[in-house]
Amino acid sequence: MIGLEHYLIISAMLFSLGILAVSTRRNAISVLMGVELILNAGNINLVAFSKFSDIGLNGQVFALFVIILAAAEAAVALAIVLNIYRNHQTVTVDRMDSLSG
Amino acid sequence: MELSTIVFAVIALITVGSGVVVVFANKLIHAVFALLFTFFGTAGLYIFLGADFVAGAQVMVYVGGILVLMVFGVMLTNRIYDSRILADRVNFKRSVVVVGVGFALLAGVMLKTPWNAAPSEELASSTAEIGSLLMTTYLLPFEVAAMLLLAALIGASMLASGGEDDTESEA
Repeated sequence: MIGLEHYLIISAMLFSLGILAVSTRRNAISVLMGVELILNAGNINLVAFSKFSDIGLNGQVFALFVIILAAAEAAVALAIVLNIYRNHQTVTVDRMDSLSG
Repeated sequence: MELSTIVFAVIALITVGSGVVVVFANKLIHAVFALLFTFFGTAGLYIFLGADFVAGAQVMVYVGGILVLMVFGVMLTNRIYDSRILADRVNFKRSVVVVGVGFALLAGVMLKTPWNAAPSEELASSTAEIGSLLMTTYLLPFEVAAMLLLAALIGASMLASGGEDDTESEA
């Protein structure tokens, strides 16, 4: 029987992988992919608790709002990345240091 | 072993395995396509949890929207055949150690906690229920999300169009 812990462990794995991508990748789009992994991990937790506890469908509605936020975030972030690429010819996050004094 | 357990194991393997590819792939385009399978695997997990509407939204928004955006981002900002794109990483060993310890902590807490997990048995379609929840309890967040999406739409198109308005106002 598949219990709550299985979903939680999968979610923790995705979360750790996302953190790893955010902290080790230097390409801005890879960092964004790590953020998407983290959001997916959170979503799995929300939906899992929606089934395995008495909060009912509220968890699923929260997961829907997280999906909406992820869509908005990805659109704006990729527009910013494209703009940075146009102005600096790079998407390496280490080299975006014009504002550091 | 039940059939559902096997299917669950396969979906979990696809999700986590392609997540590993996302992090460790040497070419950006490979990572993007691995992300596709992670999103599909997550949608499969939602279906396993009886969340059919969330699974549909996951496929449409993530696979149909965000992933296409990512592919465009990769194609527009990188030379595809440049294998050097992803090969350079920073702080790799230290990050692996820290993330491994963090995962061990998370997993320990998750397995030790008594969750009182009693699955609700109904497997009816949740779409109608979610619709009425969005129109009653969550009406304000729903409208705020609509405004947020509108703002993100305008902002993203302004940013990506190169800011011609800015140059005009500066000139």
